[in-house]
Amino acid sequence: MILVVVEYANGKVSKSTWEMITAARESGREAPVTALVLGSNIAPIAAEVAKAVDQVLVADLPALAQYDPELWSAAVAQIATEGEASLVLIGGSRSGREYSPRVAIKLDAPLLEDVITLKATGETITSQRYTFLARVTETIETTAPIAVVAVKPGVFNPATPRAEAGEQFDVDLNLPTPRLKVTGKTAERSSRISLAEAEIVVSGGRGVGSAEGFTQYVEALADQLGAAVGATRAIVDAGWRPYSEQVGQTGKTVQPKTYIAIGISGAVQHLSGMNKSKTIVAINRDAEAPIFKIADYGIIGDVTQLVPAILIELKK
Amino acid sequence: MRILTYIRQVLDAEESVHIANNAVALENSKLVMDTMDEYGVEEALRLRESGIEAEIVAVAVGPARVQDALRTALAIGADRAIHVETDIRLDAIALSKVLAQLATQEQATLILSGGQQADWDSHALAAATAERLHWPQVTWTSALELKGTTLTGKHDADEGSESFTLELPAVVTTQQGLNEPRYPTLPNIMKSKKKELRKESLDQFDVMPKLKFVSAEIQVKNRLNKILDGKDAPAAAAQLVDLLRNEARVIA
Ligand SMILES: Cc1cc2nc3c(=O)[nH]c(=O)nc-3n(C[C@H](O)[C@H](O)[C@H](O)COP(=O)(O)OP(=O)(O)OC[C@H]3O[C@@H](n4cnc5c(N)ncnc54)[C@H](O)[C@@H]3O)c2cc1C
Repeated sequence: MILVVVEYANGKVSKSTWEMITAARESGREAPVTALVLGSNIAPIAAEVAKAVDQVLVADLPALAQYDPELWSAAVAQIATEGEASLVLIGGSRSGREYSPRVAIKLDAPLLEDVITLKATGETITSQRYTFLARVTETIETTAPIAVVAVKPGVFNPATPRAEAGEQFDVDLNLPTPRLKVTGKTAERSSRISLAEAEIVVSGGRGVGSAEGFTQYVEALADQLGAAVGATRAIVDAGWRPYSEQVGQTGKTVQPKTYIAIGISGAVQHLSGMNKSKTIVAINRDAEAPIFKIADYGIIGDVTQLVPAILIELKK
Repeated sequence: MRILTYIRQVLDAEESVHIANNAVALENSKLVMDTMDEYGVEEALRLRESGIEAEIVAVAVGPARVQDALRTALAIGADRAIHVETDIRLDAIALSKVLAQLATQEQATLILSGGQQADWDSHALAAATAERLHWPQVTWTSALELKGTTLTGKHDADEGSESFTLELPAVVTTQQGLNEPRYPTLPNIMKSKKKELRKESLDQFDVMPKLKFVSAEIQVKNRLNKILDGKDAPAAAAQLVDLLRNEARVIA
């Protein structure tokens, strides 16, 4: 079987899960696509995902109420072994990238990380991923009988539900005791759409002038477009925006349909977090700013004049 | 206690990437210790400065040149270094086997490593090493404290961040925001020349990579580069909105 570990948030199956199902179906491996749902009170999640896969394995246990890398890796490795999986697909979220290596070690399998393409031909699995701050695309092969694949979010087309739902089965698990104790949680300070899932991202850099400038120009434009907001490290370090909004090497990677960069110079560390966006728009008063080299559309000019003019135009 | 900090040597951010023989060629470029790993060395020093008795051992695996990055770690303050010299390129899962064996040999109880280095863009090493050692892990820490054998701190999770406690031994990954790495001072650079930098060969670690790196390509997406002059702001704004609506069709 091909095992897909379901990612979900706030009671909904995440987009990354539908993307993994596509990756599984298009991998070239002829095997039923099996979804594994781990958690507590997850019946609705299992029912939702059943519409796109051949079968669903459900581990609905109080012990799984909270994500833990040791529990998740033990559960996934056990199910992959029992089901003789040949591919194990895990989402490339923070947690997925954290526990997938543990699964690979437990299964004595290779790990294909951040996968953007996946093709199995005979014994060989070929995949691609970005390296060197997303400036290089590498092609990697393995011939192992089982491979763990962490799928980069936002690359594969989400699978669409079918008329007939796959059957659901409950599974028993031997789980270890978690050792990492979570003593508190701080939700990402944002009522907006998440950076990872947004179709449009409006980002600001030092060129917006101040924290107030960010609100006045970047947030206003984002609100008008229904977009998520992002920021450069320079202004996160300056305390204008929270770290959760930082885009780049040490922040988040985004791949929206449209990325609008306002007052951002385009340093390589910033570009690595957004240079795979489909359409890039830049506003900067410096015609030589590196951001223009990777922009599809841009205006050379002042943020304080251009953004208000754009807002007026959008409201027309 | 003994702390291992894992170091990678990467391309300086200002350098361009070059490809030769289907792989990134680093021979003629400026190389530095990875910043994410620097946070790890710095954190080890800070744990020691908080009153914990600790020996800090910097570890790196790679070709001969990698010893320069280890020298930097020694100059920042690591006590000694171990260099497993090899020209074979290892993926994170294969490399974790080396690191786990070194941790056992050295009787380390804490391993620090960068969350994602600027060469392989991978997160996998720390978790894979933890699994091989049967240790717990915590990734993307932004605050860390050690009292006795208990680590407490904060780390990033899928949504937001979490506070945690964890008993040693453990593997911890470091990132921006955790600390501000110090620069090596001239006296410390001089002192570091006398510190031990032990060489090991990869043979003794019995590593068999399961991944084959086939090719590397610099991917330049062709961009439209339609750049407008913004001197007349309303006119430029109108033109941009029209292009985004009617040509690119990315906004309504
Ligand atoms: C290890 C490491 C990791 C890093 N990680 C990240 C990361 O994850 N994300 C990140 O973003 N950076 C990161 N950086 C920092 C990066 O190198 C740059 O310093 C940063 O991206 C610059 O931010 P900026 O574009 O906002 O500021 P600047 O480089 O100062 O650019 C401001 C731009 O605004 C323009 N401008 C100014 N005023 C106006 C105006 N009124 N109208 C129009 N334009 C104007 C200027 O022409 C300039 O181009 C990292 C650096 C290091 C060393």
